Amino acid sequence: MKLHLKIWRQNGPSAPGNFKDYEMDHVSADMSFLEMLDVLNVTLVKKGETPIEFDHDCREGICGSCALMINGNAHGPDTGTATCQLHMRRFKENDTIVIEPWRAKAFPVIKDLATDRTAFDRIMAAGGYISVNTGNAPEANSNLVGKDTSERAMDAAACIGCGACVAACKNSSAMLFVSAKVSHLAQLPQGAPERAKRVRGMVTQMDQEGFGNCSNTGACEAACPKEIKLENITRLNREMVRAAFTE
Amino acid sequence: MLDSKIPSGSIESKWTQRKFENKLVNPANRRKHTVLVVGTGLAGASAAASLAEQGYKVKVFTYHESPRRAHSIAAQGGINAAKNYQNDGDSIQRLFYDTIKGGDYRAREANVYRLAEVSVNIIDQCVAQGVPFAREYGGTLTNRSFGGTQVSRTFYAKGQTGQQLLIGAYSSLMRQVGEKTIELFSRHEMLDLIMSDGKARGIVTRNLVNGEITTHTGDAVLLCTGGYSNVFFLSTNAKASNATAAWRAYKRGAYMANPCFTQIHPTCIPVSGDHQSKLTLMSESLRNDGRVWVPKKEGDNRSPDKIAEDERDYYLERIYPAFGNLVPRDVASRAAKRMCDEGRGVGKSKLAVYLDFQESIQRMGEGKVREKYGNLFQMYEKITDENPYKVPMRIFPAVHYVMGGLWIDYNLMSNIPGLFVLGEANFSDHGANRLGASALMQGLADGYFVAPYSVGNYLGSEKLSPIKSDSDAVKSTSQAVQERLETFKKVKGNQSAETLHRKLGKIMWDKCGMARNEKGLKEAITQIKSLKDEFWNTLWVPQDDKCLSSEIEKAGRVADFIELGEVMCLDALERKESCGGHFREEMQTPEGETLRDDDNFSHVAAWEFTGDKPKLHKEPLKFEHAHIAQRNYK
Repeated sequence: MKLHLKIWRQNGPSAPGNFKDYEMDHVSADMSFLEMLDVLNVTLVKKGETPIEFDHDCREGICGSCALMINGNAHGPDTGTATCQLHMRRFKENDTIVIEPWRAKAFPVIKDLATDRTAFDRIMAAGGYISVNTGNAPEANSNLVGKDTSERAMDAAACIGCGACVAACKNSSAMLFVSAKVSHLAQLPQGAPERAKRVRGMVTQMDQEGFGNCSNTGACEAACPKEIKLENITRLNREMVRAAFTE
Repeated sequence: MLDSKIPSGSIESKWTQRKFENKLVNPANRRKHTVLVVGTGLAGASAAASLAEQGYKVKVFTYHESPRRAHSIAAQGGINAAKNYQNDGDSIQRLFYDTIKGGDYRAREANVYRLAEVSVNIIDQCVAQGVPFAREYGGTLTNRSFGGTQVSRTFYAKGQTGQQLLIGAYSSLMRQVGEKTIELFSRHEMLDLIMSDGKARGIVTRNLVNGEITTHTGDAVLLCTGGYSNVFFLSTNAKASNATAAWRAYKRGAYMANPCFTQIHPTCIPVSGDHQSKLTLMSESLRNDGRVWVPKKEGDNRSPDKIAEDERDYYLERIYPAFGNLVPRDVASRAAKRMCDEGRGVGKSKLAVYLDFQESIQRMGEGKVREKYGNLFQMYEKITDENPYKVPMRIFPAVHYVMGGLWIDYNLMSNIPGLFVLGEANFSDHGANRLGASALMQGLADGYFVAPYSVGNYLGSEKLSPIKSDSDAVKSTSQAVQERLETFKKVKGNQSAETLHRKLGKIMWDKCGMARNEKGLKEAITQIKSLKDEFWNTLWVPQDDKCLSSEIEKAGRVADFIELGEVMCLDALERKESCGGHFREEMQTPEGETLRDDDNFSHVAAWEFTGDKPKLHKEPLKFEHAHIAQRNYK
């Protein structure tokens, strides 16, 4: 397969960036999208050109490192798919593919396609946990949790923190990410004691990081590689209201 | 010479005894001690959080952008614990015994017993953190079974157990970061170990964003940096997983133990072409309901649905009726290789066997199968473009984990005082083969329940003089790191580190992979030596190292992998027996199973860096509690 790539190149956080054109030939349909970029990078090295930086690691769709805007779609055209799980069979001969980093004020570009998403870590540090020191835990079965509740918590906990929700949102809102964590912990009995404090802390930090507000377009849900549901945002809003009535 | 510091007394009392003997550090004094934790996978995140909770000043380093991206996140199937919730005869004693036997009698008994003992606390801790393990309708926790055992003791969170456990540990870590008891350095890679007065006192890091080299000093260093499967280039490890931190420690005097003990996982998605960048595992839990088979006839090219039941060979069920599809990983991997060697492999490359779910779908319905394995089936379909609900999966063994690692004593301390090694980076608990769902258990056991005691004991009993940031030890180590980076830039060749890495991987897989022999290993050592020359003559890295540069990161890691590969081959050559994942073709039973040589090789092989040929030290293994026998899964 022959492909035309337009890739965002940017030397550093404060350097100006621009699109650069690359031509690819003999792209196999079995390659993953990132393997296609690996092949491109090997050819760049042979020519003594600086390879393209992009974040990636597990290449199994679970670590949340990879983060490419492909033809305007966060993680590319497939639903429920992280960039690393996208395969070239999804593209056609002579396609032009535009590849950009996540664009959000809270995710500054580090180089080329790699961005700094540590804002998510700071939101987690502001309350995304249950305070239980090692050694404090009661016997695991002493807290019964219904199967349905547990599975709903699991569905929310499946978030990989990749930031596609932010990239897809016209407001660069992090509500889906924050709501997934708040939902995961608020639904479990273990998370109950810190319920109000947690949601207040995380939302305050989210605002401080410069993420925008949610206007309910649902773009985040559509882009999420783990298909985290919009209903978590409803739950987050409910938790905020609930917290307002708790000391 | 090698003192494993195993406590005296009965095996049941050893850990209790050690905890009592341990020196303590008064809570008010703990904040005076700085502990450096390298790596934020299950072992690193759990140790860092636990030590910070106790009051130590902790600095945490990860080359990832966020601690949550560490490779523990990719573990799928589950975590073992001797809870006996299923009332099926499990106990600490049985988990201990299964692990020793599964490891083919090459693990240290006392460590394994402690692992089994604390396994129950891990589950309690994780549940308290909000880890959403699978549950029964009544609200209690449920279990599934895994290879090498006959009880159901594996706890799981869909096919994302590693992710959920890591997020639990990461949350605890971030809580301490929020409370300012932990200072977090993300996108920082450890490039050397600082030694002073023979003790580990610090590390040198490179800030991957701006290339800055920094030194960090403290009273103890914990390496929680995972395994080195990527020495094979193609493995199920994440792309960045590497041996550098451990290898730098080795070159500063820490012993590398049993480096040739590699785990080849039987159920991975086969290679699809030369562009392949890594391999993807399909969880072992699939063997609970999937049946492994190949055609009975050699060179049978028909599609699987055209091959009738009586023309199929469900070879694991046939050869190992007692354990069937759930034999340990090394046994299942070798059996798959034998089938392919016999010309009965399937798929285009003929290097694959089927993992078939038809019978399970008929028995419990597609919905139930989807509930248990949905995300794994989806992942398989995305990669192969085949629907495993309709067509059997094609699987083949791939490198997945290393049992070898830095040598440690019972207290998780290496032979360098103050250097602790946790999780996959150490060698001790899995012998020559790890059982499924035991890696998560070991990482968390070390981090939550062993290191916090052992590190405290070290700090409580050693008189450590202050180390200044401008001392010679600190400055010279930092300078060595700078100089090494410069040497990469000076080569100015035309090959990327990745291209050279693929070459190393091929040598390792062909000659030090699933089957090894004397001739092949000797050839491999020669080939690796010339690859090393090729590396230092043809490498290309960008001249600008003051920015994010994967090429510079990879160059350092590949240079270390090349050196490590040579020591692995040397270790494999030296160990003239077959055990667990180490299969020497010269040493096998008539049925093609591993044949141990307990008289000569019942020891840990610990290698010391000398600058020339590494020196071998042996720690004898004593089996006083587990009855030593030829492993039998028939």
